[in-house]
Amino acid sequence: MTKPQQVDTREMRARYPDVFDRPASARLATPAMIVAAFAILIYGLVDLDFSPSRFFAGLSQLGWISLMMIPPDPGSSLPVYLKALGETLSIALLGTTLAALFALPVSLLAARNIVPSNILRFPVRRFLDSIRGVDTLIWALVWINVVGLGPFAGVLAIAVSDFGAFGKLFSEAIEGADQKQVEGIRAAGGSPLHEIRFGLLPQVLPVIAGQVLYFIESNTRSATIIGIVGAGGIGLQLAEQIRVLEWQKVSFLILMILVAVAAIDFISGKLRFAIIGPRAVA
Amino acid sequence: MTTAVSILPEQQLAVLNAAYRQAVARRRLRLLLGAVIFAAALVLAAIGAEVNLRTLFTYFGNFISYFDRILTLDSGQRVWTDVGEWLWGWRKWLKMLGETLLISYVGTLIGATFAFCLNFFAAENTSPAPWLRFIVRRLLEFARTVPGIVFALVFVIAFGLGPMAGVLAIAIHSTGALGKLFSEIVENADMKPVEGIRSTGASWLSCMRFAVVPQVTAGYASYALLRFEINVREASVMGFVGAGGIGQELVVAIRKFYYSDVSAILLTIIVTVFIIDITTGWLRGRLFGKEARA
Repeated sequence: MTKPQQVDTREMRARYPDVFDRPASARLATPAMIVAAFAILIYGLVDLDFSPSRFFAGLSQLGWISLMMIPPDPGSSLPVYLKALGETLSIALLGTTLAALFALPVSLLAARNIVPSNILRFPVRRFLDSIRGVDTLIWALVWINVVGLGPFAGVLAIAVSDFGAFGKLFSEAIEGADQKQVEGIRAAGGSPLHEIRFGLLPQVLPVIAGQVLYFIESNTRSATIIGIVGAGGIGLQLAEQIRVLEWQKVSFLILMILVAVAAIDFISGKLRFAIIGPRAVA
Repeated sequence: MTTAVSILPEQQLAVLNAAYRQAVARRRLRLLLGAVIFAAALVLAAIGAEVNLRTLFTYFGNFISYFDRILTLDSGQRVWTDVGEWLWGWRKWLKMLGETLLISYVGTLIGATFAFCLNFFAAENTSPAPWLRFIVRRLLEFARTVPGIVFALVFVIAFGLGPMAGVLAIAIHSTGALGKLFSEIVENADMKPVEGIRSTGASWLSCMRFAVVPQVTAGYASYALLRFEINVREASVMGFVGAGGIGQELVVAIRKFYYSDVSAILLTIIVTVFIIDITTGWLRGRLFGKEARA
């Protein structure tokens, strides 16, 4: 056994000044940040009307509500709910597909290796950014004004808001593609069209397909909520039942949503695995 | 320099070509089959969602003209010719925007705190007991899968109208989302420091505090900032169901056809989201280096 070595603290201090004698500013930075974060938190709680009495009254209300939710029971409206669920899935599928179709050509315009000019690319990117900055629910409200209440407005809302997201993601996929294969095609005497078809597309398509599937999955969630503003689907039923305080139906609807989302997750996970292989299933 | 490309003999070439054709044909058939199934699903979905192309064509003009209308003042001028008139309610809107930011800040912080407390129980390598991990994981999954706005709808009834419901809804949803991400960071953490500390006879709590937390805080903070960004968007629509923030103003403006207000409020929301995105992106870059920015 070796004896523990005697450590000369003074020598250590001299050798590692940045460990032993950190400047006051560095030592104070973390506590200062924590204090600031808490100060804003306290201010927020006061400004947003958080009083303990209100909180606990609400909590006991919530307890009652949860008790009344058991057991989940659709009553006699099960067929209506199933139809609404089908509507929700349709909204997600159609909206995502539409968005992908329109986003593909635009994403080419936003990709650095296709359009080298900054001046042309910049406005396309900002345009896509501002579409993404607006929430799906807001788009749903706008489309309801245009095509009226119903699932069709939901399809268009999802299509528009995903258009922004897809444009960005697709263009990133295109920029991330390996140029060597494109060069290989060119070296073999291919035309620019051949370069895109045989050099770029085989690399990009699986990535894009994976993203589209992933979005269908996540849009099932979005499609459940756009019904709350009147754009069809199961969210409409959910919001209605919450407003009339039919808690057993509410819990049944929430369960239905959870099961449907889990099922879609499972299916799209398998499909993505089949399309892009194990590595990119994020 | 010249390189000779060897040309294969005719017979060998024919065999290879046939094999290639067969492989391609099989792949094409599969692709075709997939496309047919997908198209069938689309048609089914179109019927389910009551898609009516005629409605779209008749009303598509309305969509364009809607943007024309929201960019026109009551006086018939374009909005940017009279900015003062366009942004007439900026005091009120800025106040509501401030409320929106506060809602997302408080919600994110509460959610991150809960996620921090729960994630050690959900991670594979640090959870004290499998049954505890199972329960915590299911809880987080539930909090994550139910959309935030559904929580808000229920909370508005339990806690009354106002930002409190929005904060709690965002907090719960963030707990679910961050809890999962945090526990993944913990699962990737190096376990050697934990073993070192356990070998000195330390309790589970000390192991977490002195071995795991120092490794993971940077990742936690990065994810929490990212979540804050997402929550700002989410908080901007919480007002639709009466849970506070700028959404309240927006939904009133849209429903009552105050056209120029719609564009003004949308503009303020988009600008705010931009600023928050850029600031948190910059902050994350500063705090955790470039690689954590993704």
